[in-house]
Amino acid sequence: MDTEHILEMRGITKTFPGVKALSDVTLAVRRGEIHAICGENGAGKSTLMKVLSGIYPHGTYDGEIVLDGEVQEFRGIRDSERQGIVIIHQELALSPYLSIAENIFLGNERAARGVVDWNRTNAEASRLLARVGLAERPDTRVSDIGVGKQQLVEIAKALSKEVRLLILDEPTAALNDEDSAHLLALIEGLRGEGITSIIISHKLNEIEKIADTTTIIRDGQTIESLDMHGDDPVTEERIIRGMVGRPLDHRFPDHTPVIGEEVLRIEDWTVHHPVDQARKVVDGASLTVRRGEIVGLAGLMGAGRTELAMSVFGRSYGTRISGRLFKNGVEVTAGSVQEAIGHGIAYATEDRKRFGLNLIDTVQHNISAAALGTLSRGGVVDREEESKIAERYRKDLNIRTPTVTALVGKLSGGNQQKVVLAKWLFADPDVLILDEPTRGIDVGAKYEIYTIINRLADAGKGVLVISSELPELLGVCDRIYALSQGRVTGEVARADATQEHLMHFMTMDKDGIAR
Amino acid sequence: MSTTTDVNVPSPTPPGAPRVSIGQRLQGLGGNARQYGIFGALVVIVLLFQVLTDGKLLLANNVAALFQQNAHIMVLAIGMLMVIVAGHIDLSVGSVVAFVGGVVATTMRDFDAPWLVAVLVGLALGALVGAWQGFWVAYVGIPAFIVTLAGMLVFRGLALVVVGETLAGLPSSFIRISKGSLPNVLGFLNNMDVVTLVIGALAVAAIVVSQLRARSALRKHDLHVEASGLFLAKIAMIAVGIGILTVILSFSAGGTPIVLVIVGVLVVAYSFLMGRTVFGRHIYAIGGNRAAAALSGVNTRKVDFWIFVNMGLLAGAAAVFTTARAGAAIASAGQNYELDAIAACFIGGAAVTGGIGRIAGAIVGALIMGVLNMGLSILSVDPSWQMAIKGMVLLLAVAFDLLNKRRAGTQ
Repeated sequence: MDTEHILEMRGITKTFPGVKALSDVTLAVRRGEIHAICGENGAGKSTLMKVLSGIYPHGTYDGEIVLDGEVQEFRGIRDSERQGIVIIHQELALSPYLSIAENIFLGNERAARGVVDWNRTNAEASRLLARVGLAERPDTRVSDIGVGKQQLVEIAKALSKEVRLLILDEPTAALNDEDSAHLLALIEGLRGEGITSIIISHKLNEIEKIADTTTIIRDGQTIESLDMHGDDPVTEERIIRGMVGRPLDHRFPDHTPVIGEEVLRIEDWTVHHPVDQARKVVDGASLTVRRGEIVGLAGLMGAGRTELAMSVFGRSYGTRISGRLFKNGVEVTAGSVQEAIGHGIAYATEDRKRFGLNLIDTVQHNISAAALGTLSRGGVVDREEESKIAERYRKDLNIRTPTVTALVGKLSGGNQQKVVLAKWLFADPDVLILDEPTRGIDVGAKYEIYTIINRLADAGKGVLVISSELPELLGVCDRIYALSQGRVTGEVARADATQEHLMHFMTMDKDGIAR
Repeated sequence: MSTTTDVNVPSPTPPGAPRVSIGQRLQGLGGNARQYGIFGALVVIVLLFQVLTDGKLLLANNVAALFQQNAHIMVLAIGMLMVIVAGHIDLSVGSVVAFVGGVVATTMRDFDAPWLVAVLVGLALGALVGAWQGFWVAYVGIPAFIVTLAGMLVFRGLALVVVGETLAGLPSSFIRISKGSLPNVLGFLNNMDVVTLVIGALAVAAIVVSQLRARSALRKHDLHVEASGLFLAKIAMIAVGIGILTVILSFSAGGTPIVLVIVGVLVVAYSFLMGRTVFGRHIYAIGGNRAAAALSGVNTRKVDFWIFVNMGLLAGAAAVFTTARAGAAIASAGQNYELDAIAACFIGGAAVTGGIGRIAGAIVGALIMGVLNMGLSILSVDPSWQMAIKGMVLLLAVAFDLLNKRRAGTQ
């Protein structure tokens, strides 16, 4: 038995009709290590993990999977779980209306003769929760806890299955820094208990911190495996070079802003939670955006960034909204999305799949969705004009799709994001609010998105960028507001901004702020 | 303006580009195959029953009767398709048909109104009923399933109040709507009704011209067009299909049924509405992703409201057809019409989750149900068994669709 490696995948080749998604991929994971897999979107990371977990059953691919020296032929996810391989997907697979304990033992119930033993269920769940460091009662509903805690429930669930090899697909993508840090510490803790982890992540700083080995995949092939504890320290730049196949000198395009008149001003903006109406989600926030300026909005999860943006955008979020909204210095009201668009305000959502796109419709129809009125006469859409415009944005934004009549759902994340941007560019707003514009997309596409943002500013638009990635805000914005607990706690010009400085404002307690 | 600097931006990964395009091409073909699949299924079912009934199915008078007997389902299917694409359902249309039919009959019998006035009253009442249900769905936010389930009971009850049991003795000018045909003003050619032949020829010409124009528009913008062979074959099949139908109808006792003309006009108008107008686009957008549509500035409530008003209007039209065909308003009329219309939409490829579906598909779905009804009746199959068979066809059609999609999805 090979004692060094818990898992070896040898010569994995997976073809889909007409496409080779994986070509002779090799992956060797040492026992008890944290093994990171990096690669651009579409490089084949997820396909490889689907092969490993049996989602693509044995026989649909070439090559072999060797676990603890034994060749495995998984026919489904149950087979791989029986061997202690558990995969936690980016989109969490918890049932929101069941309790934490019920979720942990879902499909694996603590029961005797078909009758659930609740005492045992809750007791064992409590033990698992303690192990992952989650201080919640096991009978709490999953929908009542945040994403970060839900992630921990997923891990507790994996532990209940006696996991030996834990696969995490983008585990921190939706988490704030604090929750991310906790999760990463937990994964390191599990390593101490002898659990091997494979982690897929776009967050290279995290990989640099916790991974023992990093395997880079590009275009369906293994490019290299880097020992993170070797003599030469492996830097983020080093990993990026492997991912894109060449050094990426600048992660952010150069940009010299030409800043003009104020275009948007919000004064004393307060928003209450739609259900818990006593709670202020945004509390007396004020900010301005000028023409040609890229303004950042920094904040931890729950700081109220998205809520602020959406409430400004036609009261799409919240109740009991108060405050004043000025457009070009004139006070306006925007009680509906239509009105907001009419005032030249656009909001591109952080969750493009749920709120941004109609995935079962074409690229062309999605691009025209927010401004069909300008494309139609007497309620009839000018389809020729529509095609022309879609085609123009396809070229302009370099949207990689065979035709503009392809379904948006078939595109990669970065290209979907470009479709969202195209939709709002076509609506031709004066102020564009971009909520997490680069979430879940790869390094190359990010650069393109930044370039588009710069071009928007150069065209005289005001851009408000919301992002959880501080380097991104520092790299793109001319000025940054920090939000904490619904309040604007700081305003920093690009020249003075550092991550530490911003983080100081972002973690400020609201009681300590002089208004 | 700093455009993309070629040093820094990774170029599109070479193996990535063809990957998408091949996948898309397969997907496109699958989409087309599905479109043609439902037409193919109709043709197969027609041929099957033509053989089983020793050629009786396609006798001229039977074909005319096929349209006369199913016009109301086709009209309801048009409205239902829009409701389903928007992600709703309407369970009340059968009851609405009975209720509106009762009022239409009362208008003529008790108030001596001319038939045209009665028809307009029926359409207006249908729209009003639709506005009532649309209000609850769109502005109060009660799921359409509940609102129309309530409506199913409410309007069946009102139908009983208005009609009692039966209101017979309606004027022949009214009955003509469903039973009559276009007048034979152009005489006969070898026993064929010339009016019918002219209409058929015009229909073929219109379809060919519109298809050619659409194709050249795509060409002009260098957009993807289907292979010319496939295109020609499609046009030829449509032309031959309409040609055969025209010739058969021209031999029938009356020529072209009036309802066929009405349904034809509605199909063209509503296909245009769904495919070409802002309103239609908004319906697909709402069904595909309601939240995204709302955040794109679509007034989802307004669209929902008008979809139900329209459904009511078409239910009013179906009530006119049904009442005219029976020559009387019957309190129990319209039983299961909602189910027939819903089945037609799903057989015709509409998605249960909304966002997908076409008027033409729903019409073909309705025709499949109609041909099944007629074929089984000619074969004197027991009505109870007819029901069971129709149920199985619905189940198999949707199962086939699902399997097809799954195969396309697991690329």
